[in-house]
Amino acid sequence: MRVVIAEDLALLRDGLTRLLRAFDLEVVATVDNGPALLPMLLEAKPDVAVVDVRLPPTFTDEGLQAAIAARTRVPGLPILVLSQHVEPLYARELLGDRRGGVGYLLKDRVSDVTQFVDAVRRVAGGGTVMDPEVVGRLLARSRGPLDVLTAREREVLAEMAAGRSNAGVAAKLFVTEKAVSKHINNIFAKLGLPPSDDDNRRVLAVLTYLNA
Amino acid sequence: METRDWVRDGLRAVGAGVLAIVLAVVNIPLFLLFVVTLVLTPVLGVGVVLLPLVTALIRARAQLTRRMGASFGVPIRPPYRSPPSPGGPVARYRWIVTDPATWRDAAWLLPGAVAGLVFGVLSLVIPLYGIEGIVLLPLWIWLGTGLYGYGFIWPIQSVADGLLSLPQGALILAIGIAVAPYLRRADARVARFFLDPTSNAELRTRVTRLAETRADTVDAQAAELRRIERDLHDGAQARLVSLGMTIGLAEEMVLRDPDTARRLLAEAREVSSTALVELRHLVRGIHPPVLAERGLDGAIRALALNLPIPVTVDSDVTGRLPTPVESAAYFAVAEALANVTRHSGATFAYVSIHRPGDLLRMEVGDDGHGGADPAAGTGLRGIERRLAAFDGTMALSSPPGGPTIVTMELPCALSSPKTSLSSGTG
Repeated sequence: MRVVIAEDLALLRDGLTRLLRAFDLEVVATVDNGPALLPMLLEAKPDVAVVDVRLPPTFTDEGLQAAIAARTRVPGLPILVLSQHVEPLYARELLGDRRGGVGYLLKDRVSDVTQFVDAVRRVAGGGTVMDPEVVGRLLARSRGPLDVLTAREREVLAEMAAGRSNAGVAAKLFVTEKAVSKHINNIFAKLGLPPSDDDNRRVLAVLTYLNA
Repeated sequence: METRDWVRDGLRAVGAGVLAIVLAVVNIPLFLLFVVTLVLTPVLGVGVVLLPLVTALIRARAQLTRRMGASFGVPIRPPYRSPPSPGGPVARYRWIVTDPATWRDAAWLLPGAVAGLVFGVLSLVIPLYGIEGIVLLPLWIWLGTGLYGYGFIWPIQSVADGLLSLPQGALILAIGIAVAPYLRRADARVARFFLDPTSNAELRTRVTRLAETRADTVDAQAAELRRIERDLHDGAQARLVSLGMTIGLAEEMVLRDPDTARRLLAEAREVSSTALVELRHLVRGIHPPVLAERGLDGAIRALALNLPIPVTVDSDVTGRLPTPVESAAYFAVAEALANVTRHSGATFAYVSIHRPGDLLRMEVGDDGHGGADPAAGTGLRGIERRLAAFDGTMALSSPPGGPTIVTMELPCALSSPKTSLSSGTG
C-alpha cells in the first residue's frame, strides 16, 4: 500500500514514516509544506495520504485545503487528516463530498499504533474514520432529534460514527452483532435515514446528519 | 546662590527681555495676517491654503515663547492636537480651525505683545538707568550745571553731587539685574494664561495617548498569545505525540524485536526530556518562575548570570512591585539585555534599577559599538510598547562608537514591604 505523508515537523514526519513502514506500508513521498502537497497528491496518486492540517507557509489549515482540493480533482482520493485539535467544522468540510475514504483524527491517536494503522488501512479502503472527539462533540450538541434515541442507541451511534463495523461495535460494547444491527436499524428509523447494509455508507449518513 | 550665578541669570534675563521686545513687535503683523486670512477664507478658498501657513507661523512664534518661559522656570506645554494622518488640505484646514488652541494662540498675540513690550522695556530700562548713573560724571561735565540730574539729586550742581550718582547708579543697576528674571517670569505667566493647554485639551491629549497605547497593548498581547500557541503546538504538543507514537511502536516491537524496542524506549525518554526543556523555556517566556519567587531584583540578577557577557546589577528595589509592573519591567530589561548581547558587540553591561518615589527607573548600558536605532528592530519598539501600557517611557542614547544606554521609567507603587525569611534571625 502506497502512502504519502504531509507533516512539517521532522520529528513527527520521521516517526510516522517509521511507524507505517514497520507495518509494511510503503511511504512513497513525504511533504513538509502546503504548496507542495496538492501537486504531490495528484502526481503520486497514493493509496492513502496522511496529512497534517496545519502546514507552512501560513500555518493555518493548508493541509485541509489541499486535501479537499485534491479530492475534487481525484474524487474519493483517500486522505487521513491529522491535527492537534479537532473541529466538527473541519469534519463537515472533509465530508462535504459525501464520498468515503476520509479520516479525521487527533494526532494523539498515533500512540495506539495498531488502531492507527488500522485507521489508515480503512481509509485507504474507502472507509470513513472520525475521531471519537469529533463524534462526541457532535453528539453533545443539544439537538432535538437525538433525544428520541435511547442511551444504548447513542453509544452504538457514537461507535458507528467513529468508523467501526457492526462486529467492531459489538466487540467494543460487549453485545452480539445481531443486537448491534437491531440498534442500528432502530437508529436509522428514528432519524429517518435510508436503510443501508454498507458500513461506510451508514457512517457517512450518520455523520452528515450530525454535521448538518 | 553664588554672586556670579545671580549676575549671569540677570544678564540672561535682560537679554531675553530684549528678544521679547522684538518678538512682541512681530506679534502685531502676525495678528493682522491671521485676521486678514480669516476674512479671506470665503473668497475663492484662498484661506484654505493661507490659514494653515499663517497658523504654522503663529504656532512657531508661540512655541518660542513657551520655550523661553520654560528656560525661566515657567513651563508652558503645547496644547495642539495631532494632525490628521491622511492629510488632505481640507482635513488640515478643519484640524486647524477646530483646535481651540488655534484661537487661544490668536487671542494671545496682542495681549502677549503688550506684556512682552512692558516687561521687556522694564527689564532693559532699569539697568540702563543704573549704567547711566555710573558713567554720569563726564556726561555732567559735558552737559553743564543745572541741566542734568540723577536719582535723588536734581539738578546736579557740583562734582561732589556728580560723584554721588555713582553709588546710586550701581544700586539701580544691581536692582535691575536682580529683578530681570522676575520680570521674565511675569511675562511668561501672562503667556501661560493663554498658551498652556486648558484642562479640556489636556484630557483630550491624554485620551488620544491612552487609545494609542491601548491599541498597541492589545496588538502586542495578541501577538504574544499567538507566539505561545505556536510554541506549544510545534513544541511540547508535537513532542508528546511523537512520544506516544514511539512508545506505541516499542510496545508492538517488544516481543518481535526487543533490541529495537529498547532503542525506541531510549528515544522516547530523550523526547520526553526535550519536551520538558521546551516547556520550561516557554514558561520562562510567559512569566519567569524566578520573577514569581524573588521579584524584580532577584529575577534580573538571575537573568544577568545567564548571559554570555558579564553584567553587573545595581538595584535598590527590595519590596515586591505590583505583578503587572514587575513583569513589564522585567521583560523590558530582559529585552534590552538581549539587544546588548545580540547586537552591540559589548564585553560588559550593567543594569541599574532605582526607585525614587513612585517611579521605577531602570538603566541598561554597555560598552559596545553603539548606533542602535529604535526604528530598525522590533526589540526597542517592543520595550516602548510594553512600558507605554503602564505610562512608562524609554529613552535611548546610542551614538555611533557607543556606549549605548537605555533608560526606562515606569510609574509604580510598592504593593507590599519585603518580608524576608531571614529577617527574624539577623
